[in-house]
Amino acid sequence: MSFNIVVLAKQVIDPEAPSASYRIDGGAGKLEVDSSQKIAPVINGFCENAIEAALQIKEAVGDATVNVISAGSDFVMDVMKKALSMGSDEMYLLQDEKFSNLNDSSITAKLLATAIKKIGEYDLIIAGMQASDWDQAQVPLGIAEILGVPCVPIARKIEIKDGRAICERATDSGYEKVSAPLPSVITVNNEFGQPRYPTLRNIMAAARKTPITWDAAELGLSDDDLSPRIKIVDLFIPQKQSQCEIIEGEDEAEMGRNLAMKMREAKLI
Amino acid sequence: MSEILVVGEVNNENLADSTAELLAHGKPVAESLGASISVAILDQNTTSAAQDAITKGADKIYNIKDPLLASYQTDAYLASLAKLIQEINPIAVLISKTEIGADIGARLAFRVDTGIVQDCIEISANADNKIQANRPCFGGNCIATVVCESNPMMALIRPKTKEPLELDSARSGEIVDFNPGLDESVIKNQVVEKVEEVQEGIRLEDATRIVGGGRGLNGPEPFDNELKDLADTMGAAIGASRAAVDIGWVPYSYQIGLTGKKVAPDLYLMVGISGASQHMAGCSGSKNIVAINKDPDANIFKDARFGVVGDWEKVLPALTQQLKELM
Repeated sequence: MSFNIVVLAKQVIDPEAPSASYRIDGGAGKLEVDSSQKIAPVINGFCENAIEAALQIKEAVGDATVNVISAGSDFVMDVMKKALSMGSDEMYLLQDEKFSNLNDSSITAKLLATAIKKIGEYDLIIAGMQASDWDQAQVPLGIAEILGVPCVPIARKIEIKDGRAICERATDSGYEKVSAPLPSVITVNNEFGQPRYPTLRNIMAAARKTPITWDAAELGLSDDDLSPRIKIVDLFIPQKQSQCEIIEGEDEAEMGRNLAMKMREAKLI
Repeated sequence: MSEILVVGEVNNENLADSTAELLAHGKPVAESLGASISVAILDQNTTSAAQDAITKGADKIYNIKDPLLASYQTDAYLASLAKLIQEINPIAVLISKTEIGADIGARLAFRVDTGIVQDCIEISANADNKIQANRPCFGGNCIATVVCESNPMMALIRPKTKEPLELDSARSGEIVDFNPGLDESVIKNQVVEKVEEVQEGIRLEDATRIVGGGRGLNGPEPFDNELKDLADTMGAAIGASRAAVDIGWVPYSYQIGLTGKKVAPDLYLMVGISGASQHMAGCSGSKNIVAINKDPDANIFKDARFGVVGDWEKVLPALTQQLKELM
């Protein structure tokens, strides 16, 4: 029987976009990039790591399927298709006006968990450890709780063996080897190696694939199901007081010495 | 009386600094809401840690005792804390974003069906008597102010964002035992082995001084030479930017930033790091930043208190030599 892998992938604003390009609606807790800047969104970096991890596992297991799933309201197809052209089999987009600005992980996790159940049998759910927009690192953990399956956060290596996932998870002082029964949810960091570049063959194959889209009604989710647990009441760019004192000197060695004196004067050392 | 619950951690039988910081965050909020503040301590030889917590602001200690809690185990911790929360029904739960806190925070919130605010740097009671939290997002470029729409409000708070309260040895508090009634079946994952990857010197998270290196160092060698000399002289730990880690100059455990470690030293001296938001997201709590960079327009000079525009190869040896004479 085929080994079914679900990968979560999120479209985010380019983390390299300068904050000067942000358009913020603080009260609505909403941030967009000024459209005149023509800065395209990207697939979240750790999600690309997750896709890479899933494809590596598919290669190791042999008979496996990789389904990519994403929730949002405004997908840029050229961006999302990268998940398919890297080599994933199918893509499911949970798309609805109601899924715009998903900054409450409890809602996102509920959406994704519902869709995962709707897709059917799964052995492994892989996600990036966090997204670069809201930086919450919660959705995959929430999905594990909703589905009642084990979770291994921040893995840097995964091996599938005898119905279990043997993971190396990064810790503050090194790593620990954790064995989790399948199915389970695993989040990954950037130590799976560079996400692969799409091959021409996969790009062509991806072009022929149409993502399956589901809205809230098709997922059987009512407005009540989508009621928030947290609310952003303000969002702002903090003011920086730019008062850097540039240390002068005849040459760079003197600047170095003067810096030492300055740090001592300011009692930093 | 309503209460705020702090999830405690113990370090060598004493209360962990991160927990004392949570008490400092929570105490003023509890006072303005007329609430008490409690600490949950999970199966440790807790007499000293419990006393420690009381002198640092706690009104009540829950000693959660169970043989399955002898060492940290995610599933056992989660089940115990969920049970305690359901029983005492606190208005808020505060957790430090340590390795353990980050592991259990979100799952605990989902398990008790409430909202959690991640990676907070500040909490306060607002005009509606609700607890609100400020948290950095978008790579540290923005701050969001967040409230919970459900009970209890949960917050995962970044370590080193507040000094512990002054020790008051005259304070007294209540210590009660709590039996979580754990069943072995709650434990799903097995930890097969724990491996320490020894990094020389001081742990980044604990360091009060850090020297960081980035792509501007042009290679791995300075991490073992000039940068190390400087760090040793200052008694500092060594960190790196993602760029330096991605190229493979130093291992991932050195990485400071959005996707690496979050640090908050008294002094962070950055060499050849441009100050991209990805990096700053991990060190925005630094009390003083000093930057050495040859690019006068580098972003880092917006955040630094002192800066040297110049070539690190010439600046560092002179800086280190002068520091040796001063220290």
